[in-house]
Amino acid sequence: MTQYRVLPGPEHFLPPSAASMGICLPDPGEAHINGVIVPEEKAYEEAAKQFLMAKVPTLFPGPLVLWAWNEKAAKKATAIRHLYNTIKECVQPGQTPMLIPMPDYRPKYPKINPEVEINPNHPNLTIWHNKIDCCMFIGVHCHQANLSLKIIRGGTSCYTIAMCAQAGHEDAMLSFRDASVEKIMKLADAVKRLKGTVKPRLTSAKNGA
Amino acid sequence: MADTHSVIGTKNKKGQTFTDTWKMMNDAPRTPSFFTGSEVIKEALRRASCDVMIAYPITPQSEAAALIGELFAEGYIGDYFRGESEFAVMSQCAGAAFGGARVFTTTAGPGTMRAMENFPMWSGARLPIQMIVTCRGINSPLSIQPDTLEIAYLLNTGMLVWHAETAQDFFDWILKGYMVSEEPDVHLPLALCCDGFFVTHTKDVVNLTPADMCLPPYDPYRSPVPCMDMECPPVRMMRDPFVMKSNYISYATHASWQQEVWAAVERSRKHTIKWINGLIETENTDAEVLIVASGTAVSQGREAIRLLEDEGIRCGLVKIKSLRPWPGEEIREATKNAKHIIVPEFNVTGWLAKEIKATIPNSERVNAGPRVCGGMTMPPEIIVSEIKTLLGMRTMSMAGRGS
Repeated sequence: MTQYRVLPGPEHFLPPSAASMGICLPDPGEAHINGVIVPEEKAYEEAAKQFLMAKVPTLFPGPLVLWAWNEKAAKKATAIRHLYNTIKECVQPGQTPMLIPMPDYRPKYPKINPEVEINPNHPNLTIWHNKIDCCMFIGVHCHQANLSLKIIRGGTSCYTIAMCAQAGHEDAMLSFRDASVEKIMKLADAVKRLKGTVKPRLTSAKNGA
Repeated sequence: MADTHSVIGTKNKKGQTFTDTWKMMNDAPRTPSFFTGSEVIKEALRRASCDVMIAYPITPQSEAAALIGELFAEGYIGDYFRGESEFAVMSQCAGAAFGGARVFTTTAGPGTMRAMENFPMWSGARLPIQMIVTCRGINSPLSIQPDTLEIAYLLNTGMLVWHAETAQDFFDWILKGYMVSEEPDVHLPLALCCDGFFVTHTKDVVNLTPADMCLPPYDPYRSPVPCMDMECPPVRMMRDPFVMKSNYISYATHASWQQEVWAAVERSRKHTIKWINGLIETENTDAEVLIVASGTAVSQGREAIRLLEDEGIRCGLVKIKSLRPWPGEEIREATKNAKHIIVPEFNVTGWLAKEIKATIPNSERVNAGPRVCGGMTMPPEIIVSEIKTLLGMRTMSMAGRGS
């Protein structure tokens, strides 16, 4: 049993992948928080709390949900918009929810515009620029999501959540697996349910620095 | 979008039924058949719903590659052709896999070495290609005979590497290998190795699954990277990729990319354990003397154990099935009681003994040998002799036979 825990960084000049430290992915019906396997229900609560505590809670939708390449993707996109609107309705003054797309995976040279997009090759730039202290990846291909999550953990203090359509991400601080429209809506419900019960860390946040 | 599960129970163009792989491998009736290893590769491929096989002749895999050509002629393989060289074959395999195909190829010895540049590329691009490696000598002067040195070169490519002992292993692992390789959290190529000739050219009884059942097709939509996106890495490799930039971010991205490949190897652990029933197999690990081996060295070890039993010497066995992922924890547990760990190998450098020494505490317990290479056989008697020498017992010299 590993003692390693997947925690907000900045962790290291080159942090290890969580898998190499013995962190395992959840099985169906489970999620993980900080690398510890938990029932999925517990993860909804924790993810909702993190959104409500954050100064800049942010959703990063990726190509798999940004383009209506099939009916399921379009429905997921609608659900993500609903989650974003729910977070906006539930946070307090001073908290600034954001919705920033990862439209593709091309390296952006000479310079990315971190106000309008995030890129898996240098996601820390978008985190730093917008002072994002909690984010959720959804609809990003697993390989690119893992790249992003590890780079963010290495260089920022941002709390990372993954809503993965496949097996989940151990490099996130919290990860769901088998993401569906229903799971996104359930997360939105959890945010709504916990509204007003969580104290935002407006003054203590490092804001991703 | 393709849905693998929706085709279960339906038939392909050859009349085979797409079958849940777990049921096919574990519950379906098996028919004992007397085949060479090469014929077994063909029979596994018949059931693998393979889209593309690319071939190039090199002993001892040529027969298997030719037999799969017959499968193509019979309509069991989507496409089949001969590449211009092993390097070309492996590059063409990458192209087919980038395009979303289930891909298979076979190679051996110098062919493996010639194509080597492609293997870390396959891993980095997360391509779940399956490559059979029928190991043979790689160095000058030329040898076509069994020798497992090439496996040492594959261990750090980021590929999954399994080492089959028997033709039965081969049949089962070809089919199960795709199930591990194609998991979205793994999605890596598999080098399924065997000792050439000893497995490929000898006949053995192999229990085959029904020929009218086949694997569900590969679903490229579960891939962890976009399918054939020419603008994005990993396909975008030569035009303005991040690896060509000289700055901290580019280096850090590439480093993270490499770590992700090895993270995927780690993730394959639980799938591999499920499908091939553990990364190792053990017998009598409470014995003071333990043979730890992979490939046909395991078979020779079994025979040595039988000979030692006749003399009242008890010896245990650890068969290493998967080299990547490496069964470190399992080997530490299996060897904790052993005073002497014997590692017989069919190569000159003893790469397996080195891996084991780096894994266990008190590595002076490891006896790196006996080793043979260049096509030599390994009579069980030389393993027996090595063990008896370690135990301080008298033993006859094998070198003097026939003089």
